Amino acid sequence: MATVFGIPLAVLFGQVLIGLINGAFYAILSLGLAVIFGLLNIINFAHGALYMAGAFTAWILLNHAGIGFWGALVLAPLIVGLAGVVIERLLLSRIYRLDHLYGLLLTFGLALMITGLFRVGFGSSGLPYPAPAELSGGTNLGFMFLPNYRGFVVAASILVCLGTWFVIERTRIGAYLRAATEDPDLVQTFGINVPLLITLTYAAGVALAAFAGVLAAPIYSVNPGMGQDLIIVVFAVVVIGSMGSIAGAVVTGFALGVVEGLAKVAWPEASSTVIFVIMAVVLLLKPQGLFGKVS
Amino acid sequence: MNAATTATNTVTSGRALAGQAPGLLHEDAGEGRGQGIALIALAAALVAAPFLVYPVFVMKLLCFALFACAFNLLLGFGGLLSIGHALFFGFASYTSAHASKAWGLTPELSIAAGTLVAAALGLLVGSLAIRRQGIYLAMITLALAQMGYFVALQAPFTGGEDGIQGVPRGALLGVLDVSSDFSLYWLVAGLFMAGILCMRRIVHSPFGQVLKAIRDNEPRMVSLGYKVDRYKLLVFVLSAALSGLAGAMKALVFQFASLVDVYWTMSGEVILMTLIGGVGTILGPIVGAAVIVSAQSYLSSLGAWVVVAQGAIFVACVVLFRKGIVGTLADRLGRPL
Repeated sequence: MATVFGIPLAVLFGQVLIGLINGAFYAILSLGLAVIFGLLNIINFAHGALYMAGAFTAWILLNHAGIGFWGALVLAPLIVGLAGVVIERLLLSRIYRLDHLYGLLLTFGLALMITGLFRVGFGSSGLPYPAPAELSGGTNLGFMFLPNYRGFVVAASILVCLGTWFVIERTRIGAYLRAATEDPDLVQTFGINVPLLITLTYAAGVALAAFAGVLAAPIYSVNPGMGQDLIIVVFAVVVIGSMGSIAGAVVTGFALGVVEGLAKVAWPEASSTVIFVIMAVVLLLKPQGLFGKVS
Repeated sequence: MNAATTATNTVTSGRALAGQAPGLLHEDAGEGRGQGIALIALAAALVAAPFLVYPVFVMKLLCFALFACAFNLLLGFGGLLSIGHALFFGFASYTSAHASKAWGLTPELSIAAGTLVAAALGLLVGSLAIRRQGIYLAMITLALAQMGYFVALQAPFTGGEDGIQGVPRGALLGVLDVSSDFSLYWLVAGLFMAGILCMRRIVHSPFGQVLKAIRDNEPRMVSLGYKVDRYKLLVFVLSAALSGLAGAMKALVFQFASLVDVYWTMSGEVILMTLIGGVGTILGPIVGAAVIVSAQSYLSSLGAWVVVAQGAIFVACVVLFRKGIVGTLADRLGRPL
């Protein structure tokens, strides 16, 4: 069997695939964080908790309503998005005038609440969620064996990222969004309902997180803690790539996922810290982030 | 109107929590009489406490109160939000536990070792984190602390999931035995009071004045020629060292150091204590720590609901009660506390 640096190629490709899948979640979550931050100036600490809520919604839909994966892929983001509307209207809208740090603290509290509630309801151990039957099995690509579901996750994530980019850069509502990010007062005077735009943006951002959560459900076990550790890594991803550009967030997310996957082959002990080390190096060399502008 | 006002501002870390809302600063009226009286009352309470309450509970409270005060030094007076303070608290705890158990150091030396390690980590994390501002700084501290957590999980000397257990308390200077709760209490209470007075001194010193000015208007201080990064780094290191002092003492009090102390939830808890007591007040974090530690021990039977309650208090504090208990009280009295 072919090897690179003494590592079998199949193992290497396998880790790259796992890296791409993790990278897909980093990309979708950091994309949502960036879109929310652009307009609301809030770093949504609850993003990981809402990703977890998305996975649980899929599990609940399957076990209590008999709705399978494909239904959940549509319904869970809608349900979590609706929760996002409530969170934004009820809580976040009260603190926009205050320092940005308050937004971080508020959503930190929300994350604790949401995670705690799921822990009360479902316990801390993981719940299994089956991959859809259509995507069971795998395909032999010649150089590696690709489980169909994992391939689907990567493809779906790329599609969602492209879709989000298209909506923001190429549609009218995206133009409103970009304008409101630059100068909400001016956009408001043109008769555009900026508060509504803000609510919808937050809802869309957390719906993206829930979408990632549903995708993750068959790969990882569904458990209340699944979002919190992930969101801290995503924060590092966001610091590395900066939140200035959507493409930047997506590219950084996927790239760091792959780097992490490769680290798992080369030096397994370091795989959990490699992204944080990269963050430290980027801070030393290019403090504003790889895609950030100098302010 | 809501998002409009903040969105156009380019906010720097200097205009952080305490500096934002007018009337939130209580310490600026100088070393007020109210604060002095409160500190004397605190000292009196410290002397009386071990005769009235279980000493280990009071020591736990003092460790967390000192930790919260150290965190508040950074947030309330430096305007820098760290979500990674568990790193300093936890690693100091590991260090003093390891120094006592494996090296057989006396308690004062192992506490000093823990404090030094925390200061060194503060220098490392601080010099990276202050390269960005505001929420980015917060995210960097969180990420670096999480990295520290993974290191603690895998490093041999921390004992991984088991932690370091059965840490001996030893004898102070090798002669004064502090293995009983009652005798250790006086060491902890003494160091706590020293820590509080030290922070009060820092806040009212010329350094503290510059720090508060940077918090309130960083660009102006830059234009006046102050090297703001040096001030930020120094307060970061001081805050980390004092957090370390608290963590090192906690290891001796419970004779135990574990992963709980380096996990991000601990960073969250110290933020909550500070927030509930009053950001930017000298005494607020002590009150906040008392509230949270007491609530945790009385409500521990609620299990997972405790975290839900903590989250709810967090949200309520930010939305409705941003001045905290002591901040609100100080407003009523019209003097700094």
